[in-house]
Amino acid sequence: MSVSDGDARRTALQAHEDRVLMKHGAGGRAMRRLIEETLAAGFADMAVDGIGLSAFDDGAAIRVGDQWLVVTTDSHVVKPVFFPGGDIGRLSVAGTVNDLAMMGATEPLGLTCAVILEEGYLRSDLEKVHRSMLEAALEAGAPIVTGDTKVMGRGEIDGIVLNTTGVAMTRHVVSDAGLRPGDRIILTGTVGDHGIALMAARRGFGLDADLRSDVAPLNSLIRAAMAAAAGGITAMKDPTRGGVASALHEMAQKAGVGILVREELVPIRDVVRATAEILGLDPLHIANEGKAVIGVAAESADAVLAALRAHPLGADAAIVGECVTEHPRKVVLDTGFGRRLLAEPEGEPLPRIC
Amino acid sequence: MPSPLTGVATDLKFRDPAKARELSAAVVRLCADIGRDPITLMHVCGSHEQAIAKYGLRSNFPPALDVIMGPGCPVCVTDLPEVDEAVALAEQGVRVVTYGDMLRVPGTARSLLEAQADGGAVDVIYSASQAVDLAWAHPGQEVVFFATGFETTAVATAALALRPELPPNLSILSAHKYILPAMEIVAQMPATRVEGFLAAGHAATITGWGLFEPFVERYRLPVVVAGFEPLDILAGLVKLLELVRDGRAEVANAFPRCVTREGNRNAQEQLWRVFETVGGIWRGIAHIPDGNLRLREEFAGLDARRRFTIDLAHFGTDAPAALTQQCICGTIMAGSASPFDCALFGKECLPDMPVGACMVSSEGTCRIWHTYGGRPKL
Repeated sequence: MSVSDGDARRTALQAHEDRVLMKHGAGGRAMRRLIEETLAAGFADMAVDGIGLSAFDDGAAIRVGDQWLVVTTDSHVVKPVFFPGGDIGRLSVAGTVNDLAMMGATEPLGLTCAVILEEGYLRSDLEKVHRSMLEAALEAGAPIVTGDTKVMGRGEIDGIVLNTTGVAMTRHVVSDAGLRPGDRIILTGTVGDHGIALMAARRGFGLDADLRSDVAPLNSLIRAAMAAAAGGITAMKDPTRGGVASALHEMAQKAGVGILVREELVPIRDVVRATAEILGLDPLHIANEGKAVIGVAAESADAVLAALRAHPLGADAAIVGECVTEHPRKVVLDTGFGRRLLAEPEGEPLPRIC
Repeated sequence: MPSPLTGVATDLKFRDPAKARELSAAVVRLCADIGRDPITLMHVCGSHEQAIAKYGLRSNFPPALDVIMGPGCPVCVTDLPEVDEAVALAEQGVRVVTYGDMLRVPGTARSLLEAQADGGAVDVIYSASQAVDLAWAHPGQEVVFFATGFETTAVATAALALRPELPPNLSILSAHKYILPAMEIVAQMPATRVEGFLAAGHAATITGWGLFEPFVERYRLPVVVAGFEPLDILAGLVKLLELVRDGRAEVANAFPRCVTREGNRNAQEQLWRVFETVGGIWRGIAHIPDGNLRLREEFAGLDARRRFTIDLAHFGTDAPAALTQQCICGTIMAGSASPFDCALFGKECLPDMPVGACMVSSEGTCRIWHTYGGRPKL
């Protein structure tokens, strides 16, 4: 390629990239690149005693004496605000509690809650959102200890935006980068429920199906798993945007291991499988809000699985694969018919034409 | 009450791994019988490629067997000016509704997704009838259905056009394609290695397998109509390899639970009442005589190209031409090269910034291989 070709391509790409698109919020490569190039620039290099921004983990872990202070923050926008199985209030508490739990911090000290409302927002809806937050906070044992409220003019924001920040201490911090060859991969339950329920609620496919979000705080489930593992948990991640595929990719790449997943072992509800099939979507690409991907040393895997299954949120937990030395940084799916790479999602999932 | 969808996807008898192993073994035996290397078979459908890649079927094919995808992705072969037309309409305040995977397809300057990011009204629909619903729902706005796809979706567009009552603000921008002429182009290529075609079962449900009889006669190449479940595809390949081994140029129907010789007469009648074939450029391939479907004169009132003045001049032609020239999508869709032969594949050409036609849609060969690893050594 000549120099001028390269220049022309770069110019074309810049023209392409001078605006933020929906794909930049979809949890995939595009989003990561945008954050690395803009928001994280500089901060990622500032020294932190522990896990900082450069790790791109679910949150940060800062050493305090012989413990770790885990901090995480999450902003929540969701359409529709009220959906089958939950609402933005439940989501905002569960999301932050789960990010803390994924780092091994299962006993939140407190959450903050910032609310931005659009002028004209129904007070009754706000009360409904609040009730859900309270309910989820009680479920998780995570008190909301401070907050902030702003109102913006009509049309300046879409209804309601919630931000929650959580803090917790832990003695055993778990990153999403610790997988080792031989580790087993556990899913704590069925995949795809949240994303498919939302797509159905948004688009109304006319499917007469019982699709419900799985949104739930997972800290008590993870606490049980960690207690059973006796230090054997090597990595955890909650497969939200980008689904299980995105989470596994990130874990394989950060740890430099290969992952082999057996598709027939992946728990998926029938209705979710069928709806995804109709829409040409892969359940492994669909968001979850009440599930975790856990990497466990082989010798602890059965004990962790038993502990998960004994918990109401982990009844469908399953060992779905293992870490291997072959194909490092790649995730391979055994479909039962053959093997292939497990795709990393690109942007928002869009249903296919035929 | 159990959901009506319970078991729909799990209990499918065409997804039995044990039967798949038997069929794969038959594929291996037949390739050994034929004894040539490579044996090249072409399918012409993105959904076939999706299924082959998604189920990892290629990892069990013998090395001598090359199952390649031809020009079977209607989204990929939609030409730049056709995308530009839809983008221009969105820019001039028209509500453009189309199938999901058209959104990312780059036009000369931008895609519909980018037009949407700039405030254009672009809606994703799942069926042609949703275009009608959206037009009724926005009576104050012109709504254009950017209609794409082969015979399968063209029939749905035709049925829409034939409705007795349509919203006055609805029109159709047809980028529909007709597959048979493109198969002829591939068969006529002097350098073609293709020894047989796997035809798409859903299109054949409409056209009937009889459509391929003159083709087989003229080009002396066997055609097998196959469905889309992993066992359908494997069974279709076994049948096709048998015909190749025996040197028989015939049409075989490996999808008899859906496809008949005469097809769906009613659908064909609707299709040809509304559309006529016309020559056009298929992106990355060639000018395909009779390859495009356009609305007939009597449906002029529904034709967005007649209802609107669509200004394409302002897009210019400042696309990165030199890089596009390195793109080998045309040769890939003609079956003479694989994505791994392309210097741009996975480097300059990626799903979120595609250079060529085959990387743009989830139905395109390069996109599917990039996603699922093509023919991986696993």
